[in-house]
This record gives sequence, structure tokens and C-alpha cells, in this order.
Amino acid sequence: MKRFIGFVKKEFYHIFRDKRSLFILFGMPIAQILLFGFAITNEINNVDIAIFDKSNDATTQEIIQKISASKYFSIKQNITNEAEIETVFQKGKVLAVLVFEKDFKKNLTKDNAAKVHVITDATDPNTANSITNYISAIIGSYQKEINKNSTLEYQIETKSRMVYNPELKSVFMFVPGVMTIILMLVSAMMTSISITREKELGTMEILLVSPLKPFQVIVGKVIPYIFLSIINAIVIVLLSIFIFKMPVQGSLFLLALESVLFIITSLSLGILISTVSATQQTAMMISLMGLMLPTILLSGFIFPISSMPLPLQIISNIIPAKWFILILKGIMLKGVGLCFIWKETLILAGMTLFFIALSIKKYKIRLE
Amino acid sequence: MKNNNVIEVENLTKKFGNFTAVNSITFEVKKGEIFGFLGANGAGKTTAMKMLIGISKPTSGKAQVAGFDVFTHPEDIKKNIGYMSQKFALYDDLTVKENITFFGGIYGLSRAKIKEKRNELVEELGLQDIVNELVGSLPLGWKQKISFSIALLHSPTIVFLDEPTGGVDPITRRQFWEMIYKAANNGTTVFVTTHYMDEAEYCDRVSIMVDGKIEALDTPKKLKEKYNADNMNDVFLKLARG
Repeated sequence: MKRFIGFVKKEFYHIFRDKRSLFILFGMPIAQILLFGFAITNEINNVDIAIFDKSNDATTQEIIQKISASKYFSIKQNITNEAEIETVFQKGKVLAVLVFEKDFKKNLTKDNAAKVHVITDATDPNTANSITNYISAIIGSYQKEINKNSTLEYQIETKSRMVYNPELKSVFMFVPGVMTIILMLVSAMMTSISITREKELGTMEILLVSPLKPFQVIVGKVIPYIFLSIINAIVIVLLSIFIFKMPVQGSLFLLALESVLFIITSLSLGILISTVSATQQTAMMISLMGLMLPTILLSGFIFPISSMPLPLQIISNIIPAKWFILILKGIMLKGVGLCFIWKETLILAGMTLFFIALSIKKYKIRLE
Repeated sequence: MKNNNVIEVENLTKKFGNFTAVNSITFEVKKGEIFGFLGANGAGKTTAMKMLIGISKPTSGKAQVAGFDVFTHPEDIKKNIGYMSQKFALYDDLTVKENITFFGGIYGLSRAKIKEKRNELVEELGLQDIVNELVGSLPLGWKQKISFSIALLHSPTIVFLDEPTGGVDPITRRQFWEMIYKAANNGTTVFVTTHYMDEAEYCDRVSIMVDGKIEALDTPKKLKEKYNADNMNDVFLKLARG
């Protein structure tokens, strides 16, 4: 144990004496949060929505028909009571719910006005905005059609309500994303670089010849990064709470646990990268191209997964960050508990086990 | 382990797929001996050494190092040997003092013991002025000496030196060999691989590996007689050319 503590201490010397790694560790989270403050526009495509049709008459059917015929939306589910709206959002099944008021057709013909309510999941504010606009446009064109054949002016009033992020702050969207990227960067890239550095310098050989066991060497190397990653996660959460006034709706304890899980996932990826690369440069390239790029592009951080072509949507499933972002959005924005995110958690845990098993296997082959 | 042999190797073989890197080598090394392990690049000496220091599993054969079997007790071997690689691997961003403390620590030396050893080292090598400098700022010769002293820190039975004098000037090389002699006089067995044939003359006995096999093993004097050569370089060339 004493050997081990000495080892961890040495690792901290490495980190604190290298200005570059210090910058990546502590400058990056703050810089990224500020950089991503700029809004990012995006299009929508084939968004899953749910319908809550209280009147269920010919007119509403026609409107639903029109919406489902457009390439922007696909109707995932029909809802029959108010309470269900909350559930479908929390499960993340749909991004919007369309609510037709009671006696829609009657109101339209009698009072020349009827109401439809668009409720969107605004954890991703740009998408929520687009969804509302698109639905309003479709209903608007339907309205024109019926007005053409009649002398009376029929009015369909589209009301919208954004849930979870009513002020449409895009910071709410990127905080989970930035947190994911920072944790990935620190845990996976920094560890893989620091392990391959020992290989490059030849000190790894010395360590392997010493009485330290290989797993002690690896664990000793990752412990400082677990510690620093946790600090980073705390800094990001504090920044978002106090600077961007973004409340954390769910349990902080659950948030911490899930973050530690993701940190371990990333560390295991970092170890895996270090087993296949011989130099720091290779490790860095693999981390950047193989981890950071897919994480930024395919995790749903910037570009909504539902708007991606099908092959990319399938690929996005193997990106650990995608699941962690879903978990973060769930806890931070929707305030859900473990029962709504157990699936994502399980997937992350499974991935972690897989990466660790693979690293052990690769490591052994190398030693043979 | 019979009499005072600290390394006993019998028909040790290492294969990588179809390629036989080390082909059934047999030799022993006595306590306190300076044993030169010679061979051209790719002759298999690094692979052979890796098996002896417990980081590579032999394919077949027998080997005991410091009284422990390389197949069954590589961890015990590791506690009883020192190792210095051709890169003089130390941590550049740690000071001399921190390097000594770290390596002493991973060999399980107590804090008091580390301090005692460190003071000894500082005295012996005249490190007073540089003990708090980062290793990265030191010349290669210093790194080499410190690296060797660190390999001896836990008083190992055998110290393995993998091409310990690469890239160092002749004067520093001489000084380094004086350190090796001193260690051997104190009873530490020295197992050294080298490219420099003049250094082979300094060894008690040398083995010469060619294509995975030990082609010759004796004292430098006897080898020169046997191959009718003036120096070890000629012996080596005669053997390597077949």
C-alpha cells in the first residue's frame, strides 16, 4: 500500500509540473463552457412526437395525417390522458406532444376558432424551437386549405409550451455536453498519454521489472485522473448553477454516481488506447480522432441524433458519451430518478466492463 | 541451486510463432561474477534477458534466477534483482531526490532506509549540488550513474544492465565500469549486455549469442586463445560471420 501511495504521489508531480496538462485539466472546462455559449442552429428531421387528441374528429384526423405525412415528424404514440404527457417526456420517447382541445371540429365550425397545443421537450432548445415552428407551419397551411373552400375565416390557434427549459437557454443544452467532453478528454486522453509516456521513456519497463504488479501500475496511474475528473465535474456543475443559473433538478448524489461511472468508462477507454499505441503521439491521435470527434459529432451534443441519417444513428449507439448525455439531461434538466435512466446506466456499465476486459487481454498479449 | 550459482539456465527457448528468438540456451552465472552477454542486434539477447527478469514467459526449458524459477516465481525474482535499461530510464520531471525516493518506494524500502541510502548515494557520487535539480536538466553521464545506483538501491542479488553505456563518452564509460567493479566486489552479480567489444574484455566471462544460440562462453582470455584472436572484437567477428 505504501508503494502505491508513493506511486500516486509521483503521478501528481507529473501532472502539476506539466503546464500543458494543467491547462487541459483546468483551463479547458472553463474555456469550453464559455465557447459553447454561442447558439448552435440545427434542422429537424423525422422527430418522434406523440398525439393527445381529446376530440378525435375528422379535422384533427386530417391535421394528424398531414403532420405524419411530412418528413419532419413521425407519430410514435397516442396519449389518452394528461398524466401520460409527463411520462413520455421523462422516458425520452418523444420530443413533442401535440394536444388537440376537446370538440376541436365543433369549435372550429361554430366559433371559427379552435386550439391546438404544442408541448416540446426543450432540453435541446434549438430543436424544440424548430419543432414548434414546423408544426405551426403545417397547421397554418392546413388552415389556408380549409379557408379556400369557405367564405368564413376559420382560425386554428397554435399554442406552444416548452417544458424543462422554458427560457430556451442553450447553455442548458451544452452543459451536459461540455461536461461529457471534458470528462472524456481528461480521463481517456490524459491517461492514455501518461501511460504511453512511460512506455516511450522506458520507465514502464523498469516498473514492470519492479515488484509492482502490472495492475498496480495501471491503477496507480489512473487514480490521480479519477480525482481530477471529479473536481472538474464539480467545477462544471458549480459554473452552470452559479453563472448560468441552471438548476440541477434531480439528485446530486445520483449525478455524482453516474459521473463516476462515466469517468471509469473513459479511463478504461484510455487504458485500452494506451495498450495499442506505442507513442504519446499515437495515443493522442487515437484519442482525438477516435474518441473526441465522434463524441462531439455523434453523441447528440451538437447535432440531434434523430436528424442523422440512419447509419449514423446506429453508430451513435456505440458512443458512450451519447448515453451519458442522456443521463445528464435526465438528471439535470428533467429531474428524473434512476428508474428512468437505468437502461442508459446499464449500457454504460456494460461498455466499461467490455473495455476493461479488452484492455486486460491486450495487456497480457503484450507481456507474453 | 547448487554451489554458488545465482543464475542457472538450461535449454531455455522462446518462440514467437514460427520464429525462434532464443534457441535452447544453457549457461550459469556465479555469485559476484561480471557476466557479459554479447550478440549482434537481433541475436536474441534482449529476449533472453527479458525471460530472466520475469517480464517474458519462456516457451520451454528451465531457468532459475536468484534461486527462483522463472516459470513459477517471477514475482520473487523481481524483488531480488535490479534492472537498468539502455534508456537510463528516470523521470525527467522529477528531481534526483524524488527519483530515488520513488524507486526506493516501489521496492518497498522504508522511509528511513531510503533516506539512509540516498545520503550514501549523494556522498558517493558527489550529488550535493544537483540532488534537487530535475533529472531532465542533467547530462547523460549523470543520468547513467544515477540510474545504475537506483538499480542497486534495494541491494539486489543480481543487477541486469541492458546496454548500459550506449551514447556515453569514453571517460564516462570508464567511470561507469569502475562502478560496476565496485558493485561486483560487494558481492552483487552483474549481468550486462553490450555492443562494445572493448567492454567485453572487462567481464569475468562472456557469452556470445548468434541467431538465438550461445556460440561461445568463456573468459575473454580463453576465447581469444581459442579463436586465435588479438581482441574480443576479432573473436566476435569470427563467430558472427560463421
